Order: sequence, then structure tokens, then C-alpha cells
Amino acid sequence: MSTLVLLLFTGLGLGALYFLVAAGLSLIYGLMGVLNFAHGAFLTLGAFTGWEMARRAGSDNWGVFLLSLVIGAAAGAAFAAFTEFVLIRRLYQRHIEQVLVTLGLSLAAVALFDGTWGTDPVYIQGPAWFKDTTDILGARVPNDRFVCIVAALLVLLALVFFLKKTRYGMIIRAGVENRSMVTALGIDVRKAFTLVFTIGGAAAGLGGVLASHYFGYVSPMLGGSLLIFAFIVTVIGGLGSLTGAAIAAVAVAVLQQFANFYLGGTGDFVVVLALALVLLFRPTGLLGRTA
Amino acid sequence: MSTETDTSSTGGSAQPAADGGAARRSRKADVVGGPGAGPGGARPGAGARRLVAWASGAAGVLLLVLLPLLNISLPGVLPGPSYTPGSLQLLAMSMLMAAAALTYHLLLGVAGLLSFGHALYFGAGVYGLAIILQNFDIPLLPAMGLTLLVVIVLAHVVGSISLRVSGIPFAMVTLAFAQAGSVIVGRNPDGRTGGDEGMTLRTDNLPDFLVGVVNTRNLYWLALAVLVAVFVIVTWVQSSRAGHTAAAVRENELRVRVLGLQPYLVKLLIFVLSAILVSVIGMVFLLLQSGAVPRAISSDLTIMLLVMVVLGGVGSRWGAVVGGVFYTILDQRLTTLANSEAVKSLPDILRVPLSEPLFILGTLFILVVLFLPGGLAGTAERLAQRRRGTSAGSGGTETPQDILEDAA
Repeated sequence: MSTLVLLLFTGLGLGALYFLVAAGLSLIYGLMGVLNFAHGAFLTLGAFTGWEMARRAGSDNWGVFLLSLVIGAAAGAAFAAFTEFVLIRRLYQRHIEQVLVTLGLSLAAVALFDGTWGTDPVYIQGPAWFKDTTDILGARVPNDRFVCIVAALLVLLALVFFLKKTRYGMIIRAGVENRSMVTALGIDVRKAFTLVFTIGGAAAGLGGVLASHYFGYVSPMLGGSLLIFAFIVTVIGGLGSLTGAAIAAVAVAVLQQFANFYLGGTGDFVVVLALALVLLFRPTGLLGRTA
Repeated sequence: MSTETDTSSTGGSAQPAADGGAARRSRKADVVGGPGAGPGGARPGAGARRLVAWASGAAGVLLLVLLPLLNISLPGVLPGPSYTPGSLQLLAMSMLMAAAALTYHLLLGVAGLLSFGHALYFGAGVYGLAIILQNFDIPLLPAMGLTLLVVIVLAHVVGSISLRVSGIPFAMVTLAFAQAGSVIVGRNPDGRTGGDEGMTLRTDNLPDFLVGVVNTRNLYWLALAVLVAVFVIVTWVQSSRAGHTAAAVRENELRVRVLGLQPYLVKLLIFVLSAILVSVIGMVFLLLQSGAVPRAISSDLTIMLLVMVVLGGVGSRWGAVVGGVFYTILDQRLTTLANSEAVKSLPDILRVPLSEPLFILGTLFILVVLFLPGGLAGTAERLAQRRRGTSAGSGGTETPQDILEDAA
């Protein structure tokens, strides 16, 4: 029983990270049709700036940790807004070229991170409480899992509130449904594009700081490895669906943890198998619109 | 031949494109009936130009065949005179990469399939052959045949599942499958793949003329033969009925279906075929490198092939070859540059970007996508047209755009 609970919470923590990456990806794809390969680079930049800041201010401190979250999110958001403004904006409606540009950007950015911070993982320290465990039904769950889960829940709530209750949120939702209709109503959808990119980048940057605490290290490869699972999550959840991304993130991560434990480390393989099954029986994903 | 002219004419005239003018239409006709097509698609003078192209191609191949026997120095491009193993190794590698880029061209440029999992088949060739040679006592050719069999099955399974979606989702799904392959290799099951270390080629059952640094030039000739063979096969496929149907599917899948053809099967055929070709290239890569490295099956390799094809110009065979050679040699030279004293003594702000070849290549790639649509081949074509004073529509990278519009 305790193993079960431990696996469940580890899976939920990982799912929280997947969600933070996949939420941005899914919104960006849903609104603009861009598959953003640079999303992993947003995350890595967030992780590194958060770490740099924490390193300078002393890491064993809750205030510093919260500040590093904010700074990581801000770095991711700034990078994402820059990407949209300088690179993506020139190529509206040319989806493949947008993919290629983000791909080139991720290559260049990861190389630059390599050169700046080195290719080896940097091990990091958080507040001492992170290393402790909490007893739940006999399972000793590391506390950083809870931080990830709570942060992802807050982001999910904030996003849902933003999308449902604010004017820009409504424009974004309407744009995902039918972009040309929104344009026909005289609303400049391009502002929403920049906004969605910025939000996605902020979520990824936040995810980066959390991921560095979850895994215990930062490395230039951090974003790339999470990005692939985020892709799988967005496809399984249905492209463009935020709720789908949340459900799929949890399902994929928990499945992965359980398979890793009970099926001899085959977690990644089982996830791809799940993807294949979803595609065979429901090509649009769990909550995807039928094309 | 009648099918070709048919597709080219229907593809040209009846397309109700929202943003397309005459240029777009003539380009569409160009794409479907263009390279290697029958008399229906030929413009006046095109035949003569094609003859010149083939003749210069043949001359180039002849020069490459003779290269290991000559003493040619290209400072800045090759590490030494052309007969030295170092130069031959680099040239052989760039030819293999050019061939691999050609197989990717078959996917992206012909069938319009943006696959992010092509490295899976390259890696399957590399690791499949390495593992079979390691564990069984059989000669090279049967081992290659066995590997090929594995690849054919693998490509059918993965292809038939991932082709259920198209466009961007297809890209993500192929990426996921390739990642699974890469993860399995990294996990090192039963110590068979060597994990991160990779594995060394067991040479017991290899013919002697393929083993050792002295025989680099034999491997060079082998790589050249592979490149020429792949080029001929890709040309042949593109001008075959299947190739034309695939191109038509890329332009307008619905219309192909209405005509009573089966887009799914054609796409699967192209997918499997390019997987087979790239796995053979992978096997020769194994012989050339005399070892298997995890990079050969990583998504980085697929991205590299994609970069090569886009640099050279999407939809152009020569573009893929030029892109492959250009990228490989540039990568090698930039790595040398990164380790040179001149770069090491620079201040940090210049040293860090210059010491990362991928940073320069990635930036170059972005610039090409933004400012040189059509890549090297498209730019050369445009310059040539300007000189001839014609203004026929040429579109390199615009073609994939149509793919996505059709797929969405």
C-alpha cells in the first residue's frame, strides 16, 4: 500500500511538470497551429535563471525559492514573447516554417546553454523542508512532490479563470474555436498570439524551476527530455484542449511511474504504447475536437 | 505516363486556392509534373538543361571516384590532402549524410510527411547490424539481410500506426516512437546495446577490405556507391506512379481519394521505402565508424537530416545532397574552429557562441528559413531564372505549407 501511495504521488508530481509544459504547448497549437520545439528551451532557461538567482541569494530559504519561481517564470515568459515577436510573427500561416524556426531556435539555445553553464548537470539545493518526507498512509512522500502538485494546480486554476472570465481569455478561446471568425469581428488576434506564447513560456519557466527541484539538478538537456513527454501528453489529451492536457499529464505520468516500478523500468515504452493505442482508437485524443 | 500528365494538369487548373494566384498554380504544376516527369511537364529548353545536369552529375561522380587516387588539397574544407584517411573519412561521412538526407527528402519533399522519427530506422540499421554481427556467426551480407527484415517489419508497424494522423500530430507521434527506440538503446537491455557508451563493431566476420584505417578508401567508395544508388532509386521512385500519387496526395489528399486511389497505402509505401533506404545507409555508417553510438538513433539525427533538407531546399534532390554535404563538412570544420586557439583566446561573449557548432548551425538554419525560402537550391534556381529573364514560379519551402493546409 505504501509503495502504491508513493508511486501515485511521484507520478502526480511528474504529471504536474508535464502539465506545466503541455499547457503552453497545447494552447499555442490550438490557437496558432504552431508546434513549438523551443518550448523546452523556455523551460531550461527558466530553470537556469531560477538556479542562478537562488545560488546568489542563498538557497535554503522559502522566500528565495518563491522568488526563483517568479524569476524563472519571468525568464521563460520573456524568452517566449521574444520568440513570438521576432521569429514567429514573420511567418504567420506558414506552419511548417514556424516549426522549423522554433526547431532552429531550440538547437541554438541549447547549444548556448551548453556553452554558458556546461553540459554536465548542476546539482541544486532547495529549502530544507523539500528533503523531508511526509507520512501519508504509511508512505514517506518527499515534500517537493507536493510543491509541484500545488503549483500546477494553481496554474491550472489561474489559466481556467483567465480563459473563462477575462476578455483576453475569451478572445483566445474563441480564436482556438474559429480564428477567422474572431478576426472578422474586428479583433486583432495577433495580440492574443503574443499573449498565449508569453503565458506558455511563463508556465514552462515555472515548470523549469520546479523540475530542477523535482529531479535535483539543472542541465541543458532538461527541457528537451520533458518536451517529448509533453508532446505525447498533448497528443493524448487532444491538441488545443487545456483540460485534456491536465488529464493526460496525470495519466501519462502515473502510468509511467507504475510501469517503471512494476514492469521493470519500461515506463517510457509503456507511455509510447499508450500513445499508439489512443491514436488507433481515438486519433483526435481524449478531448480533442473531431476534425 | 498518362497518369503523370493527368495529375499535373488537374493539380494545376482546378485548385480553388484561397490565397493562390497564377504563381501558385504554375508551381503546383511544376511540383507534380516537374523533375523527371514525362514530356507533359517539360518546358522548351528543359530537356537540354536536364541533359547538362545529368552530364555534370556524372562528371562529378567520376571525379569523386578518382579522388582517393589524387592529391588535392582544399584548405578550410578538408583536414588534409584528398588521399589521406582523415579527408576520405569526412567525405564518406558527408556522402552518407547526403544519402540519408535524400531519403528524408523522399518523406518530406515527395510525400509531404514531416517525420521526426527517421533516426529510428537509421539507428535500427546501425544497431541491428552491430548486434547481429556481435551475437551470431554469420557473414556480412546475410547479417545485413536480417537487419533489413527487422527494419521492414518495424517500419510497417510504426508507419501504419502513425499514418493514422497527419501534419503536426504525425510529427509528434513519429517523434514519440523514435524516442522509445532511443530510450531502449540507452537502457542497454541485457548489455546488448552498450548504453551510452555505444558498441564497437565486431570485425571477425567482415571481409578484410572493409576493416582498418588503411582501407578507408574502400569504405569511401562504398559510401559513394550508396549515395549514387540512393539518388537513382529516389529519382526512380519520384518518377514512378507511386511517386506521382504521393506527390498528388501531398497536394490534395481528398482529390486523390475521390479518384479512387488509396492515399494511406501510398504514404505507407513511401514511409517504408525511405526507412529501408536509410537503414542501409545506417549499416554502411556502422562500417565506416566501426562502432554504434547512441547519437545514431537519437532525435538529434532526425533534426539534423531535416536541417540538411531545408538548408538545401525542400523538394529538390540536389538540394538534399548539397545540404547534407554542406552541413556535415561545416559541422566538422566548426568543431575544429571551436577547439582552435584563436577562439579560445576570445572574450567570453564571443567565445561561448563560437565554441558551440550547434549554435552557429541553428542560427544559420533560422536565417535560411526566414530569408532564403527554398534553401540553397531554391536560391540558385531563382538566380538562374533571373539570368534567363523568365519568371516561372519556383517554390521550395512553400510546398510543405500546402501539405499542412491539406492535412489540417
